Amino acid sequence: MIEGILVDGLIFAVMAMGVFITFRVLNFPDLTVDGSFATGAAVATMCITNGLGIFPGLLLAFASGAAAGAVTAIIHNRLKVPNLLAGILTMTMLYSINIRILGGRANVALLRVDTIISNVIKLGGSIPREWTLLIFMILFTGTIKVLLDVFFHTDLGVTLGAMGDNEQMVISQGVNPKTMKVLGVGLSNGLVALSGAMLAQYQGFADANLGIGMVVQGLAAVMLGEFLFRSNKIGMLTVQVILGAILYKALMFLGRYYGYYINLTPSDLKLLTGILVIISLSIAKTRNTVGSKKWGIK
Amino acid sequence: MIDISNISKTFNLGTVNENTAIRDISLNVRKGDFITIVGSNGAGKTTLLNLITGSILPSTGTIKILGKDVTRSPEYKRAAYIGRIFQNPTLGTSGKLSLEDNMNICSKKGFKGLKISLNAKQRDLFKKELVALEMGLEDRLKDNVGLLSGGQRQALTLLMTVLSRPALLLLDEHTAALDPRNAEIVLGLTQRFIDDYKLTSMMITHNMKHAIEFGNRLLMMDRGEIILDVSGDEKRTLTVEKLVNKFHEIRQTEYVTDEALLTL
Ligand SMILES: Nc1ncnc2c1ncn2[C@@H]1O[C@H](COP(=O)(O)OP(=O)(O)OP(=O)(O)O)[C@@H](O)[C@H]1O
Ligand SMILES: [Mg+2]
Repeated sequence: MIEGILVDGLIFAVMAMGVFITFRVLNFPDLTVDGSFATGAAVATMCITNGLGIFPGLLLAFASGAAAGAVTAIIHNRLKVPNLLAGILTMTMLYSINIRILGGRANVALLRVDTIISNVIKLGGSIPREWTLLIFMILFTGTIKVLLDVFFHTDLGVTLGAMGDNEQMVISQGVNPKTMKVLGVGLSNGLVALSGAMLAQYQGFADANLGIGMVVQGLAAVMLGEFLFRSNKIGMLTVQVILGAILYKALMFLGRYYGYYINLTPSDLKLLTGILVIISLSIAKTRNTVGSKKWGIK
Repeated sequence: MIDISNISKTFNLGTVNENTAIRDISLNVRKGDFITIVGSNGAGKTTLLNLITGSILPSTGTIKILGKDVTRSPEYKRAAYIGRIFQNPTLGTSGKLSLEDNMNICSKKGFKGLKISLNAKQRDLFKKELVALEMGLEDRLKDNVGLLSGGQRQALTLLMTVLSRPALLLLDEHTAALDPRNAEIVLGLTQRFIDDYKLTSMMITHNMKHAIEFGNRLLMMDRGEIILDVSGDEKRTLTVEKLVNKFHEIRQTEYVTDEALLTL
């Protein structure tokens, strides 16, 4: 059971890192996520069921998510509409596109085909299924975390970090802020889609509605992580996001498991998530007004 | 070096708020010029700098930098030649990044790639540059810039801005938000960097004494026009009194107090 929560949380953490990039690093509240998560799931599922292979499927899922994010940033850049509206536009369009990707259906099952999950379980041999998966997901999410940390140490990554805080400074350094937004929101949604691709294989199907409420869930994870400890090092901030994602999944598990006693149904979880974010926001607000330092990036 | 021809800027054209901030200004900035700019509030000083940097586009006229017509080119492209410092110390740096990351971003203009250029050698270089500020910042490379005081932050901004040796340095009341002591320090540093790196610069100030004391050329602006442009010996022998008299001569107006036009 605990392994299941951890695996769930680690898959979810990849998505939460994407949300972290837009909301925290870029200061670009991006709602594309609700669409691009399902896009990743759909693209990977169709690649696998059509025999294109697992790794091409994951790569294409990442790429399609990145493209969706880029579209949001371009709408925002070109038409000068607020980032929230740009995200909603892309998200809405993605809903139709996702169903097209799934061949006109709302969901497609991954039955009797090899997925990254089934392959890993085979590789694990006699080790219990959930433990094998846990080890694999620690490696998978850990690798992405390390890659992200390295990226945010590059000149480009550091400049992205400055974007969300002081766009004028980035412009003054001769960098096109529009390009930075395309790259940043693209990277974010690439990760979101990759997470969707993993979830589809873990649960054995892709669903066009998979992404509904994802942004808020990701935000909840990011905020929960921020309560754990304080740091301004990117390596620590990504740890926060991963721990926050696991914590969120654990809370939701408890909600599902024990909520039954107070008449909660699974459909109430989104309400709980929203309340969780509101509580986090109000705690963060009182903390800030008390005068403690706001978080920052290395 | 900078050629501004017949430039005008009207905000909110065709509305009740129509406001001409710059009226048919022509100005030639020569290489090595250190120009100080004075003028009352709303005279158009900041707008003139905004037009040069490209953060706003002119209604008419052309702007050339180093012979290239940049009238319509976006701000980030012109930034390759221009270093600009604002009155607000927080605008020049990112408070949530460390000192070294801030300096790293500013050490070279233009698009940043996937290189990690912050290394031991680079840090040593930054430390050496920071020593020149005499604020002890060389020991705080890993601190977030948000932790610095306004004076420290503005001095750092100045250092970071000259790090890439811009062809043109634009200063918009860059010491106005600082206490007098820090203002003197930052102004002293400004003069030193301009001398050391032979930077062409334009400095807006409300302090008449500074405007006269610094630079080789002085512009006075009023209601969107440059009404006075003095350089050479005339600039060297200028006094606050002479400047005020000149203003009255040109505008042939008597203000109730001189403060209404110039903060002395
Ligand atoms: N973005 C804008 N939109 C509309 N009007 C503007 C804008 N920027 C400046 N103005 C107007 O242009 C005129 C000149 O303003 P500007 O900021 O250039 O003055 P300034 O000489 O820098 O004054 P100060 O000494 O107060 O900084 C003012 O009337 C101002 O209201
Ligand atoms: Mg001004």
